[in-house]
Amino acid sequence: MNSVERLVHMANQIATNLATDDAPVAAVADHIQQFWDPRMKKMIFAHGTAGLSPVAAAAISLLADAQNGA
Amino acid sequence: MTYQPQNDFGTPESRSDETVSLTIDGRNVTVPAGTSVMRAAAEQGTSIPKLCATDSVKSFGSCRLCLVEIDGRRGTPASCTTPVEPGMVVRTQTPHLAKLRKGVMELYISDHPLDCLTCAANGDCELQDQAGAVGLRDVRYDVQATHLGQEKDHSNPYFDFDPSKCIACSRCIRACDEVQGTLALTMEGRGWDSKISAGLASDNFLGSECVSCGACVQACPTATLVEKKVVEVGTPERSVVTTCAYCGVGCTFRAEMRGEQLVRMVPYKDGKANRGHSCVKGRFAWGYAQHQERILKPMIRKSISDPWREVEWDEAFAYTASELKRISAKYGRNALGGITSSRCTNEETFLVQKLVRAGFGNNNVDTCARVCHSPTGYGLKTTFGTSAGTQDFDSVEDTDVILIIGANPTDGHPVFASRMKRRLRGQDGRPGAKLIVIDPRRTDIVRSPHIEAQHHLPLRPGTNVAVLTAMAHVIVTEGLADEAFIRERCDWDEYSHWAEFVSQSRNSPENLQPVTLVDAEKLRAAARLYATGGNGAIYYGLGVTEHSQGSSTVMAIANLAMATGNIGRRGVGVNPLRGQNNVQGACDMGSFPHELAGYRHISDGNTRKLFEDDWGVTLDPEPGLRIPNMLDAAVDGVFKALYCQGEDILQSDPNTAHVSAGLAAMECVIVHDLFLNETANYAHIFLPGSTFLEKNGTFTNAERRIQPVRKVMTPMNGLEDWEVTQRLAQAMGLDWNYTHPSEIMDEIARLTPTFAGVSFARLDEAGSLQWPVTADAPDGSPIMHVDGFVRGKGKFVVTDYVPTDEKTGPRFPLLLTTGRILSQYNVGAQTRRTENVAWHPEDLLEIHPVDAEDRGVKSGDWVKLASRAGETTLRATVTDRVAPGVVYTTFHHAVTQANVVTTDFSDWATNCPEYKVTAVQISASNGPTEWQEEYEALAARSRRVETGVPAE
Repeated sequence: MNSVERLVHMANQIATNLATDDAPVAAVADHIQQFWDPRMKKMIFAHGTAGLSPVAAAAISLLADAQNGA
Repeated sequence: MTYQPQNDFGTPESRSDETVSLTIDGRNVTVPAGTSVMRAAAEQGTSIPKLCATDSVKSFGSCRLCLVEIDGRRGTPASCTTPVEPGMVVRTQTPHLAKLRKGVMELYISDHPLDCLTCAANGDCELQDQAGAVGLRDVRYDVQATHLGQEKDHSNPYFDFDPSKCIACSRCIRACDEVQGTLALTMEGRGWDSKISAGLASDNFLGSECVSCGACVQACPTATLVEKKVVEVGTPERSVVTTCAYCGVGCTFRAEMRGEQLVRMVPYKDGKANRGHSCVKGRFAWGYAQHQERILKPMIRKSISDPWREVEWDEAFAYTASELKRISAKYGRNALGGITSSRCTNEETFLVQKLVRAGFGNNNVDTCARVCHSPTGYGLKTTFGTSAGTQDFDSVEDTDVILIIGANPTDGHPVFASRMKRRLRGQDGRPGAKLIVIDPRRTDIVRSPHIEAQHHLPLRPGTNVAVLTAMAHVIVTEGLADEAFIRERCDWDEYSHWAEFVSQSRNSPENLQPVTLVDAEKLRAAARLYATGGNGAIYYGLGVTEHSQGSSTVMAIANLAMATGNIGRRGVGVNPLRGQNNVQGACDMGSFPHELAGYRHISDGNTRKLFEDDWGVTLDPEPGLRIPNMLDAAVDGVFKALYCQGEDILQSDPNTAHVSAGLAAMECVIVHDLFLNETANYAHIFLPGSTFLEKNGTFTNAERRIQPVRKVMTPMNGLEDWEVTQRLAQAMGLDWNYTHPSEIMDEIARLTPTFAGVSFARLDEAGSLQWPVTADAPDGSPIMHVDGFVRGKGKFVVTDYVPTDEKTGPRFPLLLTTGRILSQYNVGAQTRRTENVAWHPEDLLEIHPVDAEDRGVKSGDWVKLASRAGETTLRATVTDRVAPGVVYTTFHHAVTQANVVTTDFSDWATNCPEYKVTAVQISASNGPTEWQEEYEALAARSRRVETGVPAE
């Protein structure tokens, strides 16, 4: 696994484990926002949604949008 | 202070609330009911002669030296076995008693060698003292038969057994039984032939079941059991109370010294974590502190292929600072980072994270808790609101059901395990607590003398969440949940959501049995016992956290405790057994990249401002890199410099090949350690460290107990570790001017609400303090969440079982799980440099007989252990302690490097590595793997130190 593949794997893993949350997309986005360093976030934003589960993809999009909007 | 043995009150303290008043030698004394006359006398300062009594074990009444006279009673009862009564009038010194005692002592001495002047216990011998106390002047007996002249047993590396000096008081046997709970000792023979025996008469101490905890040595009133170091050096002349630097139990010891030479470490009776007990590591395995392989001078080199060059401290700091500045200028400030150590003090850890945040200008700081208890921090903060265990160790005394999951306390936390075992055995007519063990292996506590778990659930590695959810299913569907507690203390809606989830039939024990391999009926019985058996306490370890669902498991544990009302009082709770001595403290001190001291997120502006104002810097509001992320970034070429204090990530972290690739990609690896550890093979700068004996500071143990570490000798390298970090910070241009670690603690207290009332002065006064120490709780908080959860309402979190991505298959059909052994500690850097290697000279692979037979493997054979990540070789031991399909090994030896085979998979929430589940294959082997050979060559090359003086 290279670094991007690992980030995709991690995002999917987070999404799977937060799947039972009331608002899983927001929960995944919040988790990544709280625990990933800026470079990791940038890398996955640049990578796009390939290989991401729907919840993970939505969360990454949510974060990327928030970042761009800021 | 000058040397004084610890007070010995003769018999244990009574815990009764009732008091009794009596008169001893004309003086009134009031003591708790149930106290012995001997102890009551000792508490008023009257010393009654005694030999077979000591306050760590119950009274025995065999030596007949402690006789007293009591008004209205016939004869001369033994004061150790006579409880006080109201109005009792006792005389401890009368002519009649003196005559009796002298007669008894005369008999003892008639069969004791009279070599006092050359005896190792000369001056520290109770027999000698008592002979003096009763005024014995001659021995009239012409004894024909004696037990003298017997051969000594020198087999234990730390203490000698001289049966000729034994007075058959049985204190050692009782200490082994009552304090340690191993029951390794017994009395063989009768009369002159009476002899203490470890194990069978044919065993010596080393070959027996003795775990070398030292309780017998401490209990022995003569030189029969005596430390080899005392034999070699002589008796101590002063003592200093300090805290052990091994596991998370945090035992208090007296370092007993001659000048600056440590003679022995003796467990301190007033230590609140250990209550006077110890294990082989803390008691004896401190020889590494003076080991010849310690590096005492800083060393630098341009490239890891160069030999090391010794330099003076000034040059080392200037060079290190210039390298860090160069890299920061070239690659940006985020190319730098640091790792704090759970082996170092709170103050040292605080300074390293401060150096990273304030000096390096980023939040790339992490700690070794990343690879052990980071899921505890996440899980307990989410559910309860505090990243810490809920109880003190004393709490176990009120527990009715002990549930141990993913922990092996007799090996990993031996001193607390002894307290657990005492509670499990029951005492003084009180029945023992019940025991549930959830572990893939049949650990020692499942079945040991006088202890048998009511339920052992040998689950398939990686299915903790499924097992705990199934237990929750039973508790909820059978109506065993404590609804009153939940309504009062927890969020009811969240509970309802969770209860609905666990009640689903797919979460029943029967439906999950094919996944967990745990018998459904046994699981149901265990769940019922935990929910209905009275006070239930959960103790867990790395078998919970080091999984891809480590954080989920911690939350599942918290759910169970809340659902059954087992939180907020003595006897219950959720108790993470921390691995290293200061894991709790390292986490508390803000070592994680996303939070400042006291678990406050770096994005919180108010908290950040507090630190910014105090430190005079601007802090980055974004979280930094965690250790695995640092290594990934290094491989990607963007992370270039690491300051690693007191950790050996190459040996301890998973997937060694990836760790070494990350380290090799950096331009400046600074290792600050006692030894040239494995990580140092990739280091460019080596800063020698100081041991816990050489510095002041504090450690915080698994019960949140902040305890003083006191300097007993000058650092051999010249500087305490906090001074090294400070000098480095100064070289980087930071204006730090601490003159003592107490000033660092003052800063921690100033900036961390839960430490507000902590200072070195308060710690000296109280001995130790359990955080939170606040205005509301100035004496600390032994039990948490008493009147409500720290976060407000307890939060139930749905934890759905997600199987790990690490799958077995035809190529790798077995599951490897890793762990620890009693005599070794973590990566073994310390314990491998002690005589503890006598018990564990190498890592062994445990394999079930069926799996072994399939592969033609016998005990003692070399086998290759291969996974998708790598392969290594080690010797096998065939045992049914592991289930079929599961193999187990330890990671204490660099030669084996068990982490060559562990993978990159990690906990979803924290990146804590999944050490406990690796798909592997085992095959016969006739030599080391290519990796092992290459690594050995690298290590040899890398440890070269320039010795020649360059020509002018």
